[in-house]
Amino acid sequence: MKRRFWPLLSVLAFGYAFLYVPILLLILYSFNESRLVTVWSGFSFKWYGELLHNQQLLDAAWLSVRIAALNATIALVLGTLAANALVRHGRFRGRTGLELLLTAPLVMPDVIIGLSMLLLFVALQQTIGWPDGRGFSTITIAHITFSLAYVAVVVRSRLARMDSSLEEAAMDLGARPLTVYLRITLPLIAPALLSGWLLAFTLSLDDLVIASFVSGPGSTTLPMVIYSSVRMGVSPQINALATLVVVLVALAVVIAGFSLRRR
Amino acid sequence: MKSPHVSNERRLSRLFNIGLPYLWLGLFFLLPFVIVLRISLAEPQLAQPPYTALWEWIEQGVLQIRLNLGNFQLIGEDEMYLAALLNSLWVALVGTLGCLLLGYPMAYAIATAPESRRIPLLMLIILPFWTSFLIRVYAWIGLLNANGLLNGFLLWLGVIEEPLKILHTQTAVYIGVIYSYLPFMILPLYANLTRLDPTLLEAAADLGCRPFRAFTRVTLPLSMPGIVAGSMLVFIPVVGEFVIPDLLGSPGSLMVGKLMWTEFFANKDWPLASALAIVLLAVLVVPFVLMQRLQQDDEDGRT
Repeated sequence: MKRRFWPLLSVLAFGYAFLYVPILLLILYSFNESRLVTVWSGFSFKWYGELLHNQQLLDAAWLSVRIAALNATIALVLGTLAANALVRHGRFRGRTGLELLLTAPLVMPDVIIGLSMLLLFVALQQTIGWPDGRGFSTITIAHITFSLAYVAVVVRSRLARMDSSLEEAAMDLGARPLTVYLRITLPLIAPALLSGWLLAFTLSLDDLVIASFVSGPGSTTLPMVIYSSVRMGVSPQINALATLVVVLVALAVVIAGFSLRRR
Repeated sequence: MKSPHVSNERRLSRLFNIGLPYLWLGLFFLLPFVIVLRISLAEPQLAQPPYTALWEWIEQGVLQIRLNLGNFQLIGEDEMYLAALLNSLWVALVGTLGCLLLGYPMAYAIATAPESRRIPLLMLIILPFWTSFLIRVYAWIGLLNANGLLNGFLLWLGVIEEPLKILHTQTAVYIGVIYSYLPFMILPLYANLTRLDPTLLEAAADLGCRPFRAFTRVTLPLSMPGIVAGSMLVFIPVVGEFVIPDLLGSPGSLMVGKLMWTEFFANKDWPLASALAIVLLAVLVVPFVLMQRLQQDDEDGRT
């Protein structure tokens, strides 16, 4: 490797600092004794203790986790099917349309998705009587719609790079396509499936705008609780909660990263 | 030896793989936009739902259709809407340029790092992208406050004598946007830069080209697809951004996403909010098609 160019390395260092300093400070101040977020007055776990007694927050977190898990599972199935379609079925009719439908949710502003989903649910309720009110099911459907596109991207790139010789060997030995898919292909792309699932899970757990549009009274997700308390002002309890979220997600990503590296 | 079962399974797999995603996205992604368009042409009313029907049968065989273009007219004439739209585009532009200025050197440095270091460096870029967006925006509130950590640090250094007002200004919005969307710029750029053919740079060097010139004449033009893809991934969602300007920005400078939210929830004017969504979509169609086209070229080039 050639001699590295130092301005480039300093930009890199600055970039990483920019990305991580806010999060690290947040974690640090979650252990702050003081109620004032900007004054350090000693180490304490008390905000974590308060967090465990905040029933509204716990309920919201549990609702969010259930939505995220169901969303990730269905989005994984649909996203994998879409990835199969694009990698395995060549130039079928409507391919460009499917590509478009899978790219649009990746960039579409959240407000537009949220608004249009809500208007759909209202129209459906009027014409066929379903969904009756909004909450768990409408939030989950909205989340599946945008997260399946992310799953498709992850699984598609893995499928496209996959060595097909094992599949061909199984075919030659007389295995039927479905058997080959279930016994050979799926295990080979398992790491991508895991990271697709985790990605869909965290996207759902994180979504505020779309969920706010399509939720009804009584179904408040975790980001909605965080948002309303953040708008009231900075609170050390939210620092503690944020720390827990960041640590859990970091763990999940590191585990997924290692399983991807092992292939 | 192919049995009839095999071709049956093929047909079934085709049906599932192509049909199910199409069905889902058609029902829950495409159809909603049709409904938004329909409601944008309706008039608001005080009932449930709060908009008028577009058509009704007045008597046997006579269908009355009423299309209301007033919402679009209002958006075109009222300065507030135009200002919000322009402000959104401006914030997206500044955010995209900021991400590019910071993200390009970072992507370049990672792509040219020794192979063993690339994956960990990349993981560190992806990690914030996975952690909660809301929490990362929230983290900046504590940093940018008048008595926050950044001001405290600058005062301690003696660079400034009075705390700067950054929170609830446009600057805070730029910072928040660049911070939140930086990974979206770096990832496509990195993917593009690692796929460049290194022999081209060697050839340039052999022909006597200095490294800087080789960069501007070879690497930079070849990385244009990555630049465009990353810019679109930042620009398009930022135009409709809602959370960052609401938490970090000044109440005075509206962005179109926030305006849509207000019209919808506070003023209960669903047709006007829908019309705003349609206008926003129309503005975004050009960059969107550009990105889609580029992606397709990329796919075709690879196969």
